[in-house]
Amino acid sequence: MTDNKKKLGLKDKYRYLTRDLDWEPSYQKKEDIFPHERFEGIKITDWDKWEDPFRLTMDAYWKYQAEKEKKLYAILDAFAQNNGQQSISDARYVNALKLFLTGISPCEYQAFQGFARVGRHFGGAGARVACQMQAIDELRHVQTQVHAMSHYNKHFNGLHDFTHMHDRVWFLSVPKSFFDDARSAGPFEFLTAISFSFEYVLTNLLFVPFMSGAAYNGDMATVTFGFSAQSDEARHMTLGLEVIKFMLEQHEDNVPIIQGWIDKWFWRGNRLLCLVGMMMDYMLPNKVMSWAEAWEVYFEQAGGALFKDLERYGIRPPKYVEQCMEAKQHVSHQAWATFYQYSQATNFHTWMPSEEEMDWLSAKYPNTFDQYYRARFTFWREQQEKGQRFYNNTLPQLCQVCQIPAIFTEPGDPTKLSHRSHVHEGERYHFCSDGCRDIFKNQPEKYVQAWLPVHQIYQGNCGGADVESVVRDYYNIELGVDNFEYLGSPDHQRWQLWKGEKPLAPLKQAS
Amino acid sequence: MSIEIKTNTAEPIRQTFSHTRRRFGDKPATRYQEASYDIEAKINFHYRPQWQPDKALNDPTRTCLQMRDWYAVSDPRQYYYGTYVQARARMQETAEHDYAFCEKRDLLTRLPEAQRQRLVELLVPLRHAELAANMSNSGISADCWATTITQAHIYHAMDRLGIAQYLSRIGLMLDGSTGTALDAAKRQWLDAAEWQPLRRLVEDSLVVKDWFELSLLQNLVLDGLLYPLLYQKFDETLSAEGAGDVGMLTEFMRTWFAESSRWVDAMVKTVAAESPENRAQIEAWIEHWRGRVVEALAPLAEKGPGQDALTAVQQEFATRLAKLGLFNQ
Ligand SMILES: [Fe+2]
Ligand SMILES: [Fe+2]
Ligand SMILES: [Zn+2]
Repeated sequence: MTDNKKKLGLKDKYRYLTRDLDWEPSYQKKEDIFPHERFEGIKITDWDKWEDPFRLTMDAYWKYQAEKEKKLYAILDAFAQNNGQQSISDARYVNALKLFLTGISPCEYQAFQGFARVGRHFGGAGARVACQMQAIDELRHVQTQVHAMSHYNKHFNGLHDFTHMHDRVWFLSVPKSFFDDARSAGPFEFLTAISFSFEYVLTNLLFVPFMSGAAYNGDMATVTFGFSAQSDEARHMTLGLEVIKFMLEQHEDNVPIIQGWIDKWFWRGNRLLCLVGMMMDYMLPNKVMSWAEAWEVYFEQAGGALFKDLERYGIRPPKYVEQCMEAKQHVSHQAWATFYQYSQATNFHTWMPSEEEMDWLSAKYPNTFDQYYRARFTFWREQQEKGQRFYNNTLPQLCQVCQIPAIFTEPGDPTKLSHRSHVHEGERYHFCSDGCRDIFKNQPEKYVQAWLPVHQIYQGNCGGADVESVVRDYYNIELGVDNFEYLGSPDHQRWQLWKGEKPLAPLKQAS
Repeated sequence: MSIEIKTNTAEPIRQTFSHTRRRFGDKPATRYQEASYDIEAKINFHYRPQWQPDKALNDPTRTCLQMRDWYAVSDPRQYYYGTYVQARARMQETAEHDYAFCEKRDLLTRLPEAQRQRLVELLVPLRHAELAANMSNSGISADCWATTITQAHIYHAMDRLGIAQYLSRIGLMLDGSTGTALDAAKRQWLDAAEWQPLRRLVEDSLVVKDWFELSLLQNLVLDGLLYPLLYQKFDETLSAEGAGDVGMLTEFMRTWFAESSRWVDAMVKTVAAESPENRAQIEAWIEHWRGRVVEALAPLAEKGPGQDALTAVQQEFATRLAKLGLFNQ
């Protein structure tokens, strides 16, 4: 076996360590081994054209990841030991963590499940291995997030039953349905949704705001998690770009299918991100940047360059992207106004911004905040000071696709609520926008299935006859502890004690 | 005078999350518990999977076995991601040291040609079987129910990729990093008569739909016979023939097999003990696959450690099954 063949270069060596492990089966048919690969209509002519987005062997993976884990857990231990939760900017900040743990962490788990499935079902071994590494990374994320939040949970309310709530609470159906949607699709759409649209195009608008928010607000535990996950995310992003280019290069028939998915997943992502927008503009005591600024930097600039680059494949920017240019000035205010009214049914607290914060908002949103939102927020604050904190007791109409209540305004008219509907098989369905209605019309048989929390309450599928018992018994939200106004809440009172202040009496929870 | 350190205001208001409190009481939970129990979504899925419309996205009926609570299965190693990667990092450090040592001293290239040939023909082709194990475990982690089980399978999947890569490195050591040994080993896997029963079995495993059956077939029966035969007994044969250095390069596999058998055993034991129906089904599956595995390993035993070794391995395996409460009532 001595030979005079050339020594392998790095790239070929990696091929031998990954895709060359695969072989052409002869005892079973390929279609039976990979049964999910064809039904979406994506044509793959040669998996061997797959370019490995990164070259990481398992031994190196174990080594690097173990080093990162060791450092991360050392900080988490120190954080708990030193009661790091007392060093954050303000206890209001923890509400962003509640949103994160209940809204995002269970989605990390879903990402794990989805990538594990694709990591089995792609016909190309190179692509499978890259997906499997992301699968186990995503498991890492959910677990390290749980561990980072574990100490907060011992000192703050609203974090205690995050997976139970994720399966039930009305607004958490927004992120849950997003991932359910991706995971119930085929392997190629899943990757377009999560690897490309989510990880590559939108991650800087989700992950980064939370992690920067943590940094600005003295949350060492979360910020350390963020830094630790950064190199994972870098890998995930390169996978996202490779996936899309690979599919586009494989066959021209793939282009319109992928364009449709990009349109859909951009719109769903954009809707989901309004939760992040409100977090940035309203929930962070120390603000990082406004939602509109983040959108400009991370989507309009970075995304603009990306879609220029994809033009040569015949891909255009996502449909309705121009609506977002206008909407970025509104969505965070509209979302916060909604959560303020429905705090009786959330696991986190809300509050009205202070005068100083309103000034910040009007500086950041010079064309919208004072014109459309400030008066309402000031009125609510005044009502609250009079002991008449406003809660809305009528259940809202949810969009059949994104599942956000009908709170957004009409493009071009911020005084008019946007509402669309469509009749399918004799039944009328309601939507927040043209984007969501399009998604429905393309796949009505899928979206009629949506588990809409408000409908489910009305149909009696969530226990109790009234909202209060649903919230208490079905959601496991502890009344007067996890929910309602921040001012005077047990979290607030405990914070004041830590800071040596006299605790504020709880507000009368009028409605 | 006493020094009074004020700490009472930082007293925790609860000891753990509600999901762990419900299972283990309101006391500090371990990191394994907090990150493993009830993490996975259970109800209110929005859409049926397009690739399997008769099931929910997460669905306990992707196996025909039934458990009142799949979380009854837990990992005796208590691995969550952090402890898992740290355990593997320690193992790879040892392996790295051994591989570097072998490389530095040219231990493989100095073996007699016949021995080297034997490694190419009997050891290196296993990298392909490992890839199938990798795929199956990744698929199982997507199909099965309960995070205590999903996570053990994804760790197992990545382990198999790691082992496939170590086997490939043995090949690269044999061929001076040109890939010729790997190509030759692949031809064995594809064409050599003695490998075909195993390759057929492996390809058949890739179309098994019930995740528990697949885990049982791959992780208990196939590994339970193949690892002792080809990593243990064959290593002894090689040692006896003066090629004991190879043992350094397969130590990872032996350590790994001993360690990971613990959770496979825990899973099978717990699920079999749940009900007579589960036990009967598990025994039927084992009965069916054990015959095929023995048949597939026989020609490899013939070329390597010998038929007696295979008989011994089968006996040890029967003892292992008895310890799991199988075939003895
Ligand atoms: Fe993640
Ligand atoms: Fe990611
Ligand atoms: Zn919508």
